[in-house]
Amino acid sequence: MRLNVGWFSFTCCEDSTIVFIELMNEKYFEWKKLINFKYFRTLKSNNSLNDLDIAFVEGAISNKKEEESLKNIRVNCKKLVAIGSCACTGSPANQRNFFDQVTKNEIQFILDRFDNRELVSPLSDLVKVDDYISGCPMDEKLFLTKLNQYLKEFEIVNA
Amino acid sequence: MHDNIDINIEQLSKTEGHADLQVKVRNGKVEDVKLKISENKRFYTQAVRRRHYSSIPQFVSRICGTCSIAHLTCSIKAVEKCFRIQPSEQTQLLRKLSVYGMMIRDHALHLYFFCLPDIFVKDSIFDFDESKEYLVKQAFVVKGVGNNLSKVIAGRAVHPPFQKIGYFSHIPSPESINEILNQLKTAREYVFELIEIFYKSDFNFTRETNFISLVSDDYSFLEGSILTSTGLNVNEEDFWNYLERIIIPYSQATGFRFSAKEYMVGALARMNLSNNKLCSVSKKNLSKYLRIFPSNNIYHNNLAQAIEILHCIDHSIQLLEESDFKSEPPPKITLKGEGRGVGVIEAPRGTLYHHLDIDKDSKVTYANFVIPTAQNQIKMENDIRLLLPRILNKTKHEIHHELEKVIRAYDPCMSCASHFLKLKWI
Repeated sequence: MRLNVGWFSFTCCEDSTIVFIELMNEKYFEWKKLINFKYFRTLKSNNSLNDLDIAFVEGAISNKKEEESLKNIRVNCKKLVAIGSCACTGSPANQRNFFDQVTKNEIQFILDRFDNRELVSPLSDLVKVDDYISGCPMDEKLFLTKLNQYLKEFEIVNA
Repeated sequence: MHDNIDINIEQLSKTEGHADLQVKVRNGKVEDVKLKISENKRFYTQAVRRRHYSSIPQFVSRICGTCSIAHLTCSIKAVEKCFRIQPSEQTQLLRKLSVYGMMIRDHALHLYFFCLPDIFVKDSIFDFDESKEYLVKQAFVVKGVGNNLSKVIAGRAVHPPFQKIGYFSHIPSPESINEILNQLKTAREYVFELIEIFYKSDFNFTRETNFISLVSDDYSFLEGSILTSTGLNVNEEDFWNYLERIIIPYSQATGFRFSAKEYMVGALARMNLSNNKLCSVSKKNLSKYLRIFPSNNIYHNNLAQAIEILHCIDHSIQLLEESDFKSEPPPKITLKGEGRGVGVIEAPRGTLYHHLDIDKDSKVTYANFVIPTAQNQIKMENDIRLLLPRILNKTKHEIHHELEKVIRAYDPCMSCASHFLKLKWI
């Protein structure tokens, strides 16, 4: 039995995705036995949301499509983990929330065109978030500690 | 043979960031092609205004995770131009090494993880069987050495902390240099196999292209003049004067034309325009492969990236073996009125341009960023338009795959491409 994992990204620079892929340099062959990557658009085309144990979600939520996708991920996973600063706090992807009115007026036509939400939000404003791995990019050591914890929690390895 | 076909690809896979592709063919004719870069804008051109110049390089590093060293370096260069700071020889050398680390890591990610599955007809590197597992191991070694080189030189591979305006806050220890030298020499042997794979690949989509890149004397991505296949030689500061921003209403990224025509930036442009500048150690081993260039086959972008990995490794070994790094103080910055700074470098995907205007209070009043993937957007879409009629005899699944494959050959980075806004769309 392996841990069914999905890795998702929304509005962000995908720095934590890069850090995760770099962690594979050392960990890939160990993880291959323990983790089934069911959804990882950056690395594969055939992706599935079914029966996810953990969804790691990077990025903040900017538009309604992202909001719907996040809610869909939430109902398809047992545990949802916010990855990196944008997912955990909204920042810096949410910088438009703090623009003055003149600058907001300047960008409004873009927000309208792409069905953007009024505010860019961290994940927890929209769905229940079970855990947070913060940092810009995410803290590598904290991620490894948490992943080992989840592997035990889902009884993939012995506690 | 399909006379009528609609293909909608939601979220192209094995690329950086998010993009969709929509095509429509009626009576055997391509009626519509829309490459939609769907990353939501984060409005960096607006967000940098009124910020103190000293915070800008680290701030704009957050435009993109995988290219963060490129944005950081280009922004530092723009600030230095503005304040007429001349970085020391050692700082310039450390910057080259930092950028080489990024190039090795970023190109290796693209080639091993995004492109090799296309060559071996697999969905992903996760699906490689035992006969190809050695390539997976090599992928992690090569990618890892790029990651580690950036860590040793710049403190981290993503948003690195040591690289500052005018200097490096830390210098690598002799022990760390010895260790990374060993890793570079190991990885070097694996890169030859990667080059051979992309050399032997029969993927081909060829059409006449105007290639553009910043060309430096040592192929170090950081300085020189901007050359074009049409024979122009443009100063960094003048690059913007040749560009025309093209509004693409369905895409979050705007496109560009150079002298009113489509063009391409990236590894293939660099290799076509300046392969004679590659590290001499690399060139000795590459004559068979370099004969291919100049090439108009977009898939040779991937061969060019593989060759650039070898160059970055060989030049890094040479620079590190000759190095004697000493701690240097930060430069004294004396502000004299308002200033304008333009930085141009070669990012992994091509020519990157940062322009900053800074006022007498040291705050940014205006910023303009020109991103490689945005520059390639029009050519990518036109390639799809021209490729489609040639592949209509394939199954829908095969057509879908061919379209994704040709876009992947450009190694687009949607995260970078979309986060700017300069003009209102009509």
